Amino acid sequence: MIRRPVPERFRLRRTMMFMNAQKPGLIKDAYIYGCDSIMLDLEDAVAENQKDAARFSLYHALTTIDYGDTEVIVRINGLDTPHWQEDIRVCVAGGADGIRIAKCESAQDVKTVEAAVTAAEKEFGVEEGRTLLMAALESPKGILNAYEICTASDRMFGVAISGGDFRKCMQTKFDPSGIDMLAARGQMLIAARAAGIQCFDTVFTDLDDNEGFEAEVRQNKAMGFDGKSLINPKQIRLVHEIFAPTEKEVLQAEAMVSAFREAAAAGIGVFTVNGKMVDVAFIPGAERTLRLAKACGMYEGDLV
Amino acid sequence: MQIEKNAVAGTLESSDAMVTVEPGTNGIELDISSSVMNQYGRQIKATVLETLGRLGVTDGRVTVVDKGALDCTLKARVECAVFRSCDKSAAGIPWGGVVK
Repeated sequence: MIRRPVPERFRLRRTMMFMNAQKPGLIKDAYIYGCDSIMLDLEDAVAENQKDAARFSLYHALTTIDYGDTEVIVRINGLDTPHWQEDIRVCVAGGADGIRIAKCESAQDVKTVEAAVTAAEKEFGVEEGRTLLMAALESPKGILNAYEICTASDRMFGVAISGGDFRKCMQTKFDPSGIDMLAARGQMLIAARAAGIQCFDTVFTDLDDNEGFEAEVRQNKAMGFDGKSLINPKQIRLVHEIFAPTEKEVLQAEAMVSAFREAAAAGIGVFTVNGKMVDVAFIPGAERTLRLAKACGMYEGDLV
Repeated sequence: MQIEKNAVAGTLESSDAMVTVEPGTNGIELDISSSVMNQYGRQIKATVLETLGRLGVTDGRVTVVDKGALDCTLKARVECAVFRSCDKSAAGIPWGGVVK
């Protein structure tokens, strides 16, 4: 049986690719695509009369296939269905890294899932607290309650917006400018940052519209998202390219961090690097740039 | 477990297998057809029999139409079909017990 390493609550999650847990052809080699996380889906991708079969398939995939460094998250069925409790049992027993709560609308939803996860960890002898959680906000109520959702549990690592359901609730449709979801994305990002957790944008469903996809990913990065949900492996590379720092940013970050460490050792608080003022407030951002650069293969130093 | 009624799990898509179980009284009657029969026929048979053994199934007709499924998929389909035949596939599965 594959024993996955203990999940990291905060790791790089630029790309999170959905795949149907009921389709062996998809899940058997999902790690080869190089996305940061895969999202094995027990919810909408699985027909109502195949929910049971998807769980057997998921259990054996989780315990047999070595996904390596690729994070394995499972999207469970909503709390208004008869499926979610067994979904949680199989996720925990199989050793999934995390669970995505579909259609999350309140802190109570998170706590309900957390209680079931804790019970399952006890039942299956899994270390308590190992299984991470994230929430999908799919309704206006979910967006309005974003902050209480983000802070509802120490297991929470992030929130994602789900565009299809949200647009349906808002009686709007996809707009290339992003105006249809601007307020919701903004509110969710502010809540996630205030709570200190990650934030992910929705899927882009038109696989033939490359320009539209690129524009949306650029806007995601500019708004401050950590990553994006994807539906097809061909979308991975572009997201990684756009989310990567530029070479200039990496050099500047490296100079800032190393100068800061020297200055701090010498008792200096504020100083300049390449003509720009630097103090302690800039350092977490610079370190984040270096970690991202390292993950993208652009930085090999030992500052992070 | 005992196969209580006819049940099916899986599909005929590539990398999958369709497993049908039917009640019987004459031991396990296994019928396998596979797109990779020559290379993996013995392995498929061993995996199916081992899975049935783990579940404690001693009687019944089991038909496997394999489309190049990995062992983990075969196990999942056999288990699901047997649990379905007992109307026990929806909840309370012994993950890590007889299902492993």
